Amino acid sequence: MNDAQMIQTDLGTVLTREEIRQIDTELAHVPYKAGAAIDALKIVQTQRGWVSDESLRAIAKHLEMSAEELDGVATFYNLIYRRPVGEKVILFCDSVSCWICGCDGIKAKISAKLGVDYGETTTDNQYTLLPVPCLGACDRAPVMMVGDDLITHLDEAKIDQLFSDVTVEDSASEGEQ
Amino acid sequence: MEKVLTRNIGPEQTPTDLKAYEANGGYQGLRKALRELSPKDCQTVISDSNLRGRGGAGFPTGMKWSFVPMGDSCTPGHKYLVCNADEMEPGAFKDRLLMECDPHQLIEGMILAAYTIGADVSYVFIRGEYVVAIERLRGALAECYASGLLGENILGSGFSLEMHVHPSAGRYICGEETALINALEGKRANPRAKPPFPQVSGLWGRPTIVNNVETLCNIPHIIDRGADWYKTLGRGEDSGTKMFGVSGRVKNPGCWELPMGTPIREILEVYAGGMQDGLQLRGFLPGGGSTDFLVPEHLDLAMDYNVIGKAGSRMGTGTLIILDDQTCPVGMVLNLIRFFAHESCGFCTPCREGLPWTRQVLQDIEDGRGQLEDLETLAYQVKYIGAMGNTHCALAPGAMEPLQSALKYFRDDFDRHISGGCCPYESHKVHQHQHQQIGTGA
Ligand SMILES: Cc1cc2nc3c(=O)[nH]c(=O)nc-3n(C[C@H](O)[C@H](O)[C@H](O)COP(=O)(O)O)c2cc1C
Ligand code: SF4
Ligand code: FES
Repeated sequence: MNDAQMIQTDLGTVLTREEIRQIDTELAHVPYKAGAAIDALKIVQTQRGWVSDESLRAIAKHLEMSAEELDGVATFYNLIYRRPVGEKVILFCDSVSCWICGCDGIKAKISAKLGVDYGETTTDNQYTLLPVPCLGACDRAPVMMVGDDLITHLDEAKIDQLFSDVTVEDSASEGEQ
Repeated sequence: MEKVLTRNIGPEQTPTDLKAYEANGGYQGLRKALRELSPKDCQTVISDSNLRGRGGAGFPTGMKWSFVPMGDSCTPGHKYLVCNADEMEPGAFKDRLLMECDPHQLIEGMILAAYTIGADVSYVFIRGEYVVAIERLRGALAECYASGLLGENILGSGFSLEMHVHPSAGRYICGEETALINALEGKRANPRAKPPFPQVSGLWGRPTIVNNVETLCNIPHIIDRGADWYKTLGRGEDSGTKMFGVSGRVKNPGCWELPMGTPIREILEVYAGGMQDGLQLRGFLPGGGSTDFLVPEHLDLAMDYNVIGKAGSRMGTGTLIILDDQTCPVGMVLNLIRFFAHESCGFCTPCREGLPWTRQVLQDIEDGRGQLEDLETLAYQVKYIGAMGNTHCALAPGAMEPLQSALKYFRDDFDRHISGGCCPYESHKVHQHQHQQIGTGA
């Protein structure tokens, strides 16, 4: 179906034409290819949700750098995901003002409601829960982001309401299927 | 008081578009500069205004700009102006408001800064979580390109500038200006050795100025109305107005533009409405998570750089974090150290190894496993990790600031944890120690 759109590299990994087009646009702004490393990782992550080893190798090859060097960049940053994430990432602020305003209790509530701890994805693959440094909304603490939405003044009722559609199966640690 | 930075920001906090911005005097500063001021004139006005950087360090802006090689003393090639919109300091929430509600003010400030230093390319380096600000800045940039305020030959002046919004991939250290430059170059964001300073050799080895959002938002007004006017705005020794914020358990947490030199008591009691019912003030960090605690005896101090400095802390970002009498000071410092340990870039040993060690000692004390010797260990860590020069950048010394002052002002609390074998504060105890740093980063 989409074969015409795929570029096959000799590593057997693929970037789509669209991904390559976007990465090449970024290359125009940098003096050497590796300079677009973070942009390229973000482009691929936007398309695929995360950056797999396979994608990483394909990007590295396209940027003429080693996969190890690119992985060093990828793993440095909090918002580049090197493991699959759910449809939406919950970025839960656990920094000082939110802590003073009781975020630990809210975190416990979310974990119980969704059956996940930090770094885990719900069994229905909807949400991944991650801690995030201060979201710059400390006057509205406690706060978190769900996908692109900032949600402020969190309390237990709000958590119930936000995640009313989520049903948790018995075990959170299902492992890979 | 006259509103300057927030004059377009009403209680509804709706964004200001180009039309509304211009209708309220927007781009007058830029028009004036392009019409009648040379870059050198602009730099002189900013120097004369005594504007100091609002990113935390308070470095005089005009002086910083004066280090950029100009004219024949500069080798041919690009120069860069970068706006630092990373805002990840715990407890800091002022730049978000300025960008979400009045993006053109920042853009005008950036065009003027670029004009002054002769930059032809500029970036807003903004944390990726600020999705609303990113969208509004991009919208505002498009308006500017469409009306000749950005791009080639701006307003027929012969001056050209490109501007890009560059969302960060996320890491606190990216806010340090040389680490930010490495992030813009697509690398791991380790800070660089200085010298060379970025003003001479920054992005891609070219002269680069990095300024905070709030710093840049001041520029259009100073250029438009002059240094003397700007100096009259402060109530104490510093010039201008400042975004001050209060978070923690107060009645009315928020962020307000007030004159420099406003007394802390006024910010806390009048604007933030005082403590929530049933709570007393124990102490506060005056300028974000990497500043030293001050205590109620400091309430009548003016929020001026040198005044706060003399009291043993720093103005930092100007956003106060309030510690109340029912929140555990040890737990609060533990939360901060955990943040700094997690965000350490790992480049130098005292920070990479030292901060997790400090975190562990504090965790033991908080959990009731502490020993008296632990306090000596903490004092030792403060001394060695906190000393500027032992680490490659200011992250680790900054991390030690709340700890060293907590040991000074809240020593009793540390002792009570150790002698009682548990945390004497009940609230916040739940699930604190199950908290670990787990990310999906490999
Ligand atoms: C660890 C660390 C984090 C920083 N984070 C920020 C930040 O998020 N925003 C900012 O403007 N400055 C930050 N700074 C300060 C910058 O290095 C730099 O001094 C500032 O952007 C200069 O702007 P100014 O002169 O306008 O204040 C940080 C510094 C350090 C050491
Ligand atoms: S002090 Fe910490 S953040 Fe700064 S360079 Fe050293 S390891 Fe990196
Ligand atoms: S501490 Fe949570 S938003 Fe700042």
